[in-house]
Amino acid sequence: MAEVPHNQGGSKVAAAWTSFIGWVDERFPLTETYEYHLSRYWAPKNFNFWYFFGVLSVVVLVNQLLTGIWLTMSYIPSGDGAFASVEYIMRDVEFGWLLRYLHSTGASAFFIVVYLHMFRGLIYGSYRKPRELLWLIGMAIFVVLMAEGFFGYLLPWGNMSYWGAQVIVSLVGAIPLIGPDLMEWVRGDFLMSEITLNRFFALHVIALPLVLVMLVFVHIVALHHVGSNNPDGVEIKKHKDANGVPLDGIPFHPYYTIGHDLPAIVAFLFVFCAVVFFAPEMGGYFLEKPNFEQANPLKTPLHIAPVWYYTPYYAMLRASTFPLFGLTAKFWGFVVMAGAIVLPAALPWLDRSPVKSIRYKGMFSKVMLGLFVISFFVLGYLGTIPPSKLATAVAQFSTVVYFAYFVLMPWYTRVEKTKPVPERVTMR
Amino acid sequence: MSQGDQGDRPTAEELASSIETSSINKQRRYFLIGATAVVGGAGVVGAAVPFVASWVPSAKARALGAPVTVDISKLQPGEMMGPVPAWRGQPIFVLDRTPAMIDRLEADNPNLADPDSTNLEQQPDYARNPTRSIRPEIGIYVGICTHLGCSPKYYGEVQPEPFDANWQGGFFCPCHGSRFDLAGRVVKGVPAPDNLQVPPYRFVSDTVVIIGEDQETA
Repeated sequence: MAEVPHNQGGSKVAAAWTSFIGWVDERFPLTETYEYHLSRYWAPKNFNFWYFFGVLSVVVLVNQLLTGIWLTMSYIPSGDGAFASVEYIMRDVEFGWLLRYLHSTGASAFFIVVYLHMFRGLIYGSYRKPRELLWLIGMAIFVVLMAEGFFGYLLPWGNMSYWGAQVIVSLVGAIPLIGPDLMEWVRGDFLMSEITLNRFFALHVIALPLVLVMLVFVHIVALHHVGSNNPDGVEIKKHKDANGVPLDGIPFHPYYTIGHDLPAIVAFLFVFCAVVFFAPEMGGYFLEKPNFEQANPLKTPLHIAPVWYYTPYYAMLRASTFPLFGLTAKFWGFVVMAGAIVLPAALPWLDRSPVKSIRYKGMFSKVMLGLFVISFFVLGYLGTIPPSKLATAVAQFSTVVYFAYFVLMPWYTRVEKTKPVPERVTMR
Repeated sequence: MSQGDQGDRPTAEELASSIETSSINKQRRYFLIGATAVVGGAGVVGAAVPFVASWVPSAKARALGAPVTVDISKLQPGEMMGPVPAWRGQPIFVLDRTPAMIDRLEADNPNLADPDSTNLEQQPDYARNPTRSIRPEIGIYVGICTHLGCSPKYYGEVQPEPFDANWQGGFFCPCHGSRFDLAGRVVKGVPAPDNLQVPPYRFVSDTVVIIGEDQETA
């Protein structure tokens, strides 16, 4: 055996490998799957900065799953034990502080990358035909993610956890007739209690993560079926070579995996770790100060603000201060908030423009998108500050702008003058 | 992107055409499918019952929601006791109103959303009166804002407050800015839709009150 020349040994290993893969391929579509999703998945060659955030959300999802599983090993979901067990994780568990900060910072990072990922869809028209279902699956992921974050936020059992959850559960009570009973059913008690904590724990660590992972899988399957959009919003499948390969497509692996995404992941992790190590509380935005006090059902914090990623919607909830059509302001607040969250799902049918990408859309679309982004940031800020007359007025105006972006879209995308779209993708 | 080799397996169309369509009793087939779906659906609904029902307040939660006894002998006029950890774990406000406070309640009426307590679910019948209480001076309210469940704060003094320059005394919810007067009645134009809840309660003696039990109607 020792006399065998090196290259011959290598070919023997290679042959064994090939026959092993062959054995697997007869029983499971391994090579086929690898080619379909990676080495022969043709991605447009003109991806830019905005195309980092899909893969980054997967990176954050893996971080949340991994650190989450480890946190459950030391966390105790009980009224007496929850707050203390988080302190225990922070002080006594080896590297517990790191696991928790990775998880809490990961929650904020998740929403940052997902908001940017969704914004990419807005500017390049990635929701347009044939990607409507892909967009809807993405919206489902977004809603489940918001629920996941909400349930998780109660678990540290701090006073802000407690009252924040109390406010959101009370929203259910706004539903006419069945509201109050439904609220009791959700809490399993007459107030937020250990019983509520226990069920939120179950939903946060098993039910919703399962749904989330399945939806992400379906999202990727749908993406690879219709193919990726690109900054020009042109279909690369229209121009193929003799082998059926899109002329403007390059293999996802290795060009995008190694050449595009890996550097982005490294850069992202630099920023992410900087936050984890140097500013895990982010000045009260990622971890809120009243949450360092244990939950107290008799003491509402003077100012309740949700974590930053819910504040735009929270500001819209608060902006509803007057009854309408015989229904209470509280109910309308619920409707406005829920509407603001799910309305983007209608985008594929609201956008009537002949072009997909903002590069070729007209002035109206650009102005409306700009106003929409500004209103989102303004609302996000207003949701963090205590209510006042001025803040409420500004929030009401911003809410109108937010909804106008969607409601007026069928009109302004049709009447504006668009630029001619190139046949093939451009590299700029 | 291999399409996968279908081999010699017949396609769905070939299979369908190999069966004589005339020999299929479609009515019977639809009936069987329908019957199976109905029975199966009933089974699913039945199986869902324990899962849904397990979310209602448990026996332990209901037991902890039992009535509580509060001693109000140390409460001074113009003061509020609480929030006391009372009925069903919710903060309870026990307020001793001065005669001046009671007089002021009448003047509040034009600014209130429901001055006459027309929403019957917000108080027991025996507390459906201008002071929303059994005894005019003692007001007992659940200290949970009817908007989104925060606990309002007691601002009893008649003095300008940051949230209202013309403040006449009452409760202010810091979360979303809802205001209530000294009888727990909600001010117009705030997010809260209803007056503060009056819990069922009864006086055992002049200074002892049981919260969570109705006053005997007699």
